[in-house]
Amino acid sequence: MEFFLQLLVNGICVGLLYGISAMGFVMIFKSSSVLNFAHGELLALGAFLFLALITWAQLPVAVAFVLTLIGCFLLGFVIEKFFLRPLIGEKLIFVIMLTVGLASMFKGLILLIWGGNLYTYPDFLPETMGLKFGAIYIAPVYSATLIISVIFLVLFGLFFKKSAQGIYMRSVADNQKAALSLGVHVRRVFALSWAIAALVACMSGIVLGIINGVNVHDLSSIGLKVFPVVILGGLDSIGGAIIGGIIIGLLETFTGGYLSPSLRDVVPYIVLVFILMVKPYGLFGLVEIERV
Amino acid sequence: MKIMRKFSFHPCGNYHEEYRQELNIFETDFGRVSMCVFLAALFFVAPFVLSPYMLYILNTIGIVAIAAIGLNILIGYTGQISLGHGAFFGVGAYAAAILATRFGIGFYFAIPAAGIITALVGMIFGIPSGRLKGLYLTIATLAGQFIIEYVLIQWDSLTKGTMGITLPPPEIFGWQISGDRAFFFMIFISLVLMTWFAVNIIRTKYGRAFIAIRDNDRAAEGMGIPIFRYKLLSFGISSFYAGFAGALWAYYMVSITTEPFNLGLSVEYIAMVIIGGMGNIPGAIFGATFITLLNELLRFLTGILMNVGIVTSLGLNMAPLKEFVFGLTIVLFILIEPKGLAEMWRIIRSSFRLWPFSY
Repeated sequence: MEFFLQLLVNGICVGLLYGISAMGFVMIFKSSSVLNFAHGELLALGAFLFLALITWAQLPVAVAFVLTLIGCFLLGFVIEKFFLRPLIGEKLIFVIMLTVGLASMFKGLILLIWGGNLYTYPDFLPETMGLKFGAIYIAPVYSATLIISVIFLVLFGLFFKKSAQGIYMRSVADNQKAALSLGVHVRRVFALSWAIAALVACMSGIVLGIINGVNVHDLSSIGLKVFPVVILGGLDSIGGAIIGGIIIGLLETFTGGYLSPSLRDVVPYIVLVFILMVKPYGLFGLVEIERV
Repeated sequence: MKIMRKFSFHPCGNYHEEYRQELNIFETDFGRVSMCVFLAALFFVAPFVLSPYMLYILNTIGIVAIAAIGLNILIGYTGQISLGHGAFFGVGAYAAAILATRFGIGFYFAIPAAGIITALVGMIFGIPSGRLKGLYLTIATLAGQFIIEYVLIQWDSLTKGTMGITLPPPEIFGWQISGDRAFFFMIFISLVLMTWFAVNIIRTKYGRAFIAIRDNDRAAEGMGIPIFRYKLLSFGISSFYAGFAGALWAYYMVSITTEPFNLGLSVEYIAMVIIGGMGNIPGAIFGATFITLLNELLRFLTGILMNVGIVTSLGLNMAPLKEFVFGLTIVLFILIEPKGLAEMWRIIRSSFRLWPFSY
């Protein structure tokens, strides 16, 4: 029973991490329907930028955090401006391969500068943030993650439902040509959505870095773990990303604990194929109906 | 007079009178002759004058080109994006290795059999294309890549897991094929046959159905093309090419492990298709050549850079440079010439032809 509880808590924690890293991915998809294979590398860039600011530049944590977010916001603009804007309306494969190429570039760049080593941030979260429920102790990082993800969930939910920009983004994702003809400034929407998504990605990169340490290979492999998570939750649902993340996290830890540790890494993808066959739009995704 | 007409260069307009002429592979006899000259040079000169290292690179290009042609049929002609081609390549390699070691089957049978086994595996992973298309299908093939990789590593009793398998040298009529030169003939004869097959399949009803599905799947279905069957067929053909190439590679490398058949390899194949030119069979060969040469060049460059004083004294590791340049190449090709090298080649040829009046 204790083993079960331990796995349960671990699974939820891992799942939350997946969920939070999937949020930026969903943001990009929701607003520009681009499948971002460079997501893991964006996470890594955020984590390394933060690392550089607090260890090399010796800035206080809050300042470094804000600067990282600003840096990532600008990075999102740059990526959109130079790489994705020329591809508006292009074939899917070019968009996918462009993000794959970007992923390779970013990874190479990070490896050139920092190498493949594991770095850790100095401790800065207050001990009082840790929660204790009976025998189960939740580390401060996890409660911080929970708080951050709830805040983002509410903020983005409101943003996409209520604000004009959010509605523009959804319209662009749904049908670029129709949105353009109705007077939506598609380029501005793209730029903004990439900037916001890069910001979210960097922030989740920092959170992941606090928990697991900062390592390019780990972070970029999480970028691929995001796929089962978002397909399960629905490609365009931010809440679905969190729930999908938790389900995938639980699935992984339970298979790792009860079946075999080697199956752990591949189980999400097996589930992914099944979901795609049975319910391709996931639990909370918008169903596109097409009848031929 | 007849001979003069037959040996014409490019006509200055479209003078086709029959549909058959549209289907000609070579637009002029000049192209046909230059292809024959090129092939003669390739087979009768290249293997005897090139150094073993050069032959090794040529052989690698040949093997990789076969797989790239297969992927081009799937991506370039049928419009289905597969991120599992590297894994299919691995399936072919393992199928050949197992057939050769367990059952003692000769290479002339093991290689095509490996292709067919891979085609079946590819069709299984193509089944999601019945319901999915576009990016959902891409994600499904990504899952396929990871699942096949897992099976290759974990199915110990069959694949010997991480230990790898060592193949016997291929033998025919008591003559052992070993060394780069012998393999050169084996690989390039296969490449020529596979290219011939691919070019021709595109000209048949199957190829036209593939193109129809790529251009508009709904219209294709409306015109009575059973799209699911043709998509599966396309997956099958493309995996056959991958498996065939994988089997050749397994024989050429003598011993294989599961390591190389990862997502990176799949990405490399898609890069070849894009850089070479989508929907263009020679393009796949150009792309394979380009990426293989780029890899070799970068290995060479990073090797030099490692020994430059400044780099070593700063403790920089130059190996990731390869990854960076690879990504940059993909990005630049997509942004600047999305139709790839085949289009560049066409532009160069036609600018020679039209010189000095280019309009």
